[in-house]
Amino acid sequence: MKYEPVIGLEVHVQLDTKTKLFCGCSTAFGARANSQICPVCIGLPGVLPVLNKEAVNLSIKTGLSLECTIAPFSKFDRKNYFYPDLPKAYQVSQFDLPVNLNGKLEIQVDGKSKVIGITRAHLEEDAGKLNHDETGTGDSGVDYNRGGIPLLEIVSEPDMRSPEEAYAYLKALKAILEYIAVSDCNMEQGSLRCDANISLRPEGQEKFGTRAEIKNLNSFRNVQKAIYYEMDRQAKMLDAGERVVQETRLYDAVSGKTRSMRSKEEANDYRYFPEPDLVPLVIDSAWSDSIKATLPELPQAKKARFVKEFELPEYDAGVLTTEIPLANYFEECVKEGAKPKVVSNWVLSELLRKLNDNNESIETCKIKPKMICEMLNLIDKGTISGKIAKTVFKEMFESGGSPEKIVQEKGLVQIADTGEIDQIIEQVLSDNTKSVEDFRGGKKNAFGFLVGQVMKASRGKANPQMVNQILGEKLK
Amino acid sequence: MSISKEDVEKVAKLARLQFSGEEVETFTSQMTDILKYIEQLNELDTEGVEPTAHVLPIQNVLREDKVTNGKPSKTIFVNAPKEEEHQFKVPQVIE
Ligand SMILES: [Zn+2]
Repeated sequence: MKYEPVIGLEVHVQLDTKTKLFCGCSTAFGARANSQICPVCIGLPGVLPVLNKEAVNLSIKTGLSLECTIAPFSKFDRKNYFYPDLPKAYQVSQFDLPVNLNGKLEIQVDGKSKVIGITRAHLEEDAGKLNHDETGTGDSGVDYNRGGIPLLEIVSEPDMRSPEEAYAYLKALKAILEYIAVSDCNMEQGSLRCDANISLRPEGQEKFGTRAEIKNLNSFRNVQKAIYYEMDRQAKMLDAGERVVQETRLYDAVSGKTRSMRSKEEANDYRYFPEPDLVPLVIDSAWSDSIKATLPELPQAKKARFVKEFELPEYDAGVLTTEIPLANYFEECVKEGAKPKVVSNWVLSELLRKLNDNNESIETCKIKPKMICEMLNLIDKGTISGKIAKTVFKEMFESGGSPEKIVQEKGLVQIADTGEIDQIIEQVLSDNTKSVEDFRGGKKNAFGFLVGQVMKASRGKANPQMVNQILGEKLK
Repeated sequence: MSISKEDVEKVAKLARLQFSGEEVETFTSQMTDILKYIEQLNELDTEGVEPTAHVLPIQNVLREDKVTNGKPSKTIFVNAPKEEEHQFKVPQVIE
């Protein structure tokens, strides 16, 4: 049978605050184990948690960017379960009255737009970190530095219908979070974590099937892969007449498979109750309006502006606006006088490829916007050809030298002297008499071969238009 | 409303408690009594009354995002059964 997947995502994002959600402990990453803890965040008796205002500000900011309703009244609850990473044996979270409700996020897949609903985005504290012992003592170490760090859990509606949509959702969400600078979104350091809920239903059926929740998804690509694996696993079960069990499953990035996580099976009864140590949170419109005033231009708006203002294709504008530093880089180039579409071509092909290959970011890139403009000017003036420009580009990327200097030092100036080109062509023609005969005999593609030989002989420096023209005349 | 033996067993399991059959019987009847007592509240008309989120008439107790806690005191490990290289040691948890 053909099935349709129904996918919902839960994203935990670490809010970029200096201190924890309910105490003044530092949130700095990489500190010595248990050096950033206090009686409050390790849950000693008699302590009193106090809410971090900045964490609330950042959650409102996120809510507004996702077009959520900011709840005028929200509260905190205790989510009870036993696990060594949870010192209090409960996590302070928001259950029935979260700070953000009913938002939405627009995604693009295969050139088509789709709106994914956001059910809620609530504040909660992070748990500690368990370090499994490598020495074989049978113990696990617990580091509570992370315990109590503010998280915003963003829960989507089960609106996604393919692994690609899930991937696009995560990309779009991360772009927004980075634009509004509420989190560094570093997946390796755990500041962005994702769980996926997935079920299948026969195509055309309205009712949802039983879902599995997949954890341990440490990259967006793995989310996509895990969903593919689950679709396959669940389809096989359904085809065999088996029932899918509602459970939590762990994704193993090495095998690409998910497996049942039995230990948490019975823990799903969390017995939430209101946190008596924290008073309700009341956000009036003056507060949320003051945050609204700080919102920057968001990715969708920026993309639309790039299309309109710079007459870029949707695709170009989409890629350029996925990350704010890249968008800024592009705009900087245009400000320096470069033609938008020309810069976009260079950024989207050469620059992004180079950054990717070298695992570098646009911020640390040695090619500054001004240098790209200078290089484009050299092409416009005919000093270098487009082909040579790629060599210059590579050199700029590695050394950070100015394009003029590179062209001078490497002797890359384009040969645009008729006499010089003439000379090279004569040499090539006398070395390749067979190709010349072929061409005269009607084999038109021999022309391309000869052009190639001329370019090669000039070490790529001959002006290609001139080569074409002069060679054409000579072979008439 | 009455509590069943299964309810008690489930709550016990969630709380990581182990009871003898006799204790389960006792708690079943005791918990039923407690619930019955609380049930008297149902006699009140709560139509139009918002659920109480907190008993204190206070809201928005907030603090500025400033680091105020320095290094934790060494006594933090005093009650830990086991400590090694600044970590609390617990029986291995493997998922
Ligand atoms: Zn603390």
